[in-house]
Amino acid sequence: MPEQLAFTIEVFLNGLMAGVLYALVALGFVLIYKASGIFNYAQGVMALFAAMTLVGIQNGQVPFSHLINAIFGTEIHHFGWHVHSVLAIAFTVVVMIILAWAVQRFVFRHLVGQEPIILFMATIGLAYFLEGVADLMWGSEIKALDVCMSEGNCLPQGMNGWIDQTTFDVFGYGFFIDNLDIVASIVAALLVAGLVMFAQYTKQGRAMRAVADDHQAALSVGVSLNFIWILVWSLAGFVALVAGIMWGAKSGVQFSLSLIALKALPVLMLGGFTSIPGAIVGGLIIGVGEKLFEFLIGAPFLGGATENWFAYMLALLFLVFRPQGLFGEKIIERV
Amino acid sequence: MKMKLATWATAAMMAASPVMADLVFPSMSYRTGPFAAGGIPFADGYADYFTLLNERDGGIGGVKVSVPECETAYNTEKGVECYESLKSQNPLVLQPLSTGITYQIIPKSIVDDIPVHTMGYGRTSAKNGGVFSHIFNYPANYWDGASGVVNYLLEINNGDISGKKIALVYHNSAYGKEPIRTLEALAEKHGFELVTLAVDHPGQEQKSQWLQIRRERPDYVTMWGWGIMNQVAIQEAANIRFPMENFIGVWWAGAQHDVLPAGEAADGYKAITFHAVGDDYPVFDDIQKYVVDAGKAAGAGDQVGTVLYNRGVYAAMLAAEAAKDAQAATGNAEITGGDMRDAMEKLTITEERMAALGMPNFGPEFSVSCENHGGNGLVGVAQWDASAQEWNLISDFKQSDQDVITPLIAEDSAAFAAENNIEPRC
Repeated sequence: MPEQLAFTIEVFLNGLMAGVLYALVALGFVLIYKASGIFNYAQGVMALFAAMTLVGIQNGQVPFSHLINAIFGTEIHHFGWHVHSVLAIAFTVVVMIILAWAVQRFVFRHLVGQEPIILFMATIGLAYFLEGVADLMWGSEIKALDVCMSEGNCLPQGMNGWIDQTTFDVFGYGFFIDNLDIVASIVAALLVAGLVMFAQYTKQGRAMRAVADDHQAALSVGVSLNFIWILVWSLAGFVALVAGIMWGAKSGVQFSLSLIALKALPVLMLGGFTSIPGAIVGGLIIGVGEKLFEFLIGAPFLGGATENWFAYMLALLFLVFRPQGLFGEKIIERV
Repeated sequence: MKMKLATWATAAMMAASPVMADLVFPSMSYRTGPFAAGGIPFADGYADYFTLLNERDGGIGGVKVSVPECETAYNTEKGVECYESLKSQNPLVLQPLSTGITYQIIPKSIVDDIPVHTMGYGRTSAKNGGVFSHIFNYPANYWDGASGVVNYLLEINNGDISGKKIALVYHNSAYGKEPIRTLEALAEKHGFELVTLAVDHPGQEQKSQWLQIRRERPDYVTMWGWGIMNQVAIQEAANIRFPMENFIGVWWAGAQHDVLPAGEAADGYKAITFHAVGDDYPVFDDIQKYVVDAGKAAGAGDQVGTVLYNRGVYAAMLAAEAAKDAQAATGNAEITGGDMRDAMEKLTITEERMAALGMPNFGPEFSVSCENHGGNGLVGVAQWDASAQEWNLISDFKQSDQDVITPLIAEDSAAFAAENNIEPRC
């Protein structure tokens, strides 16, 4: 196989993998938007908060230790234990559920019936508040993230030797695929399957879909909006945790993690704000599109670094033909 | 009645007698936001060194030092606001810690007569003090850094890197593009091939760039990165099995937090530096005793000896030494920003001076003049030992290629002077 073709295929495959990671972030946005019509600006910060909480719990870090020490003159930083990853993830999920309850109880319950722009502004405030709380709670330093199921059985990094060897034997060119990306793809597939099954086959899931279709109709048949919104924010929190783990494993857990939301926006524009499959397909298209463009045109002719703006351009191009996105619901307004 | 009068008279005399104002060395810190991990240790080191001077020596020349902090969050607008709020406090020198903020305050600093020290960042051609009267970038600048990388590669290749391929992975910003011109000139001089790869801010996703590196197979990769870009790049380099010992970052990509997330995979990664690493210096014993143990540390006291803490200490030391020179030159313990600027322009740092401060070999020797605000441009190389979790200096501070850099600085500063109608002072 010609090297140029082999390299293009390699870029394509890596674009798909990158797209899965974008989709993971976009999923959280979709869940909340679909159920409550809120564009949750804080989704990226939720991923950061979840990942920081996970690492903090894992390392036995005392939350708010800097604050406690400053007020009481103590010198406590760690509990002195290390929590197993599975247990730490479970605790983090509990924290995200509490956060969901708090967001619903103290913010959005008071904003029921407000204009979408008001709700959006509230999520901007929530993002800054959460970022500050995360800083106070766990500190600003960058933390290494090791999610291990057992000793030495952690989230993998690096080239997949089997794929490298096999493709080299077949094509004479070893393809690079990051092990972490493979894990992320499997996790994303399981997550989507789980969400779809939850939405289709559970009572709460059906109630969630009913709320998504029509708030008032759902309310009239006895569905508790309050409960459903807490449920949706909890699910979005869980998705944020998964995204935080996958992105945090690449770069360490740090405040820049909140910027992954920027990667989700073009995915949402392309896939539609209300479709879970749309988030996945949108992520894949953006991932592959930006990588191929960078490889074929950006780097050779434009000096490189085209990925950020190209993703938005691609999304805008789709919007010209399908304003609601690939899978979004077509909005028909009668005047 | 007499007693009352005497009390009032005493109070009036006390109020009328001159009070020594503090020497003000503001800290334009960024302890919050995406870059806080780099801002905190520097701010801690900067403040702790001045606290040490207050606690151990009673200040500088008998005058206490104050270090008011202003949070910039590494944001240019906030940085300019900080400048405006700090200038009323009669600061002796400002360290904006951001190339963006530096560019904004260059003209303001001249008007306000406040010297600005941009150590290892900012506008490289500010080295020409004839044009940039209030900007100092000693002991080294980005072009020294680029030359330092090439010097080191020459050193480990017996002086010959012709035919080698060197890739520059850079943050797609004015900062990241700084070394390109110098590297291009050095590529022409030494016959190596330069491949440049831009990474968009913030740099969380670099798959394309590292696939390209895998394809191009450069002999060495150098990086001008910042923030999350550094951690991701080191991890991606490990992922494609690029030999870490052939990967050299700039000094803003060579701190503990840059390498720790990648774990063992970062072992062998290198970074250029203009100051020492580690805490094996007498000054740190004093900081521990007078500052940290006394509960007066600026932060949690857990950053002592880290790369960026050392950089903060080093910046504070250079500022304090210039202040001492200003006091000696004017004969006044209380000095102004103008006095400080004049002293900075005559600053000489020798090994004897650093040793006397408990910082032997902590940085390169250098001297400053009107023509040269950038020092001698000596650059060293440090390497990360993942098992010991420490940086080690593996190359002494060596002279950058001034034959290449000086004409570039002259050209760039002349353009700035022409644009702004500045008559060079020297």
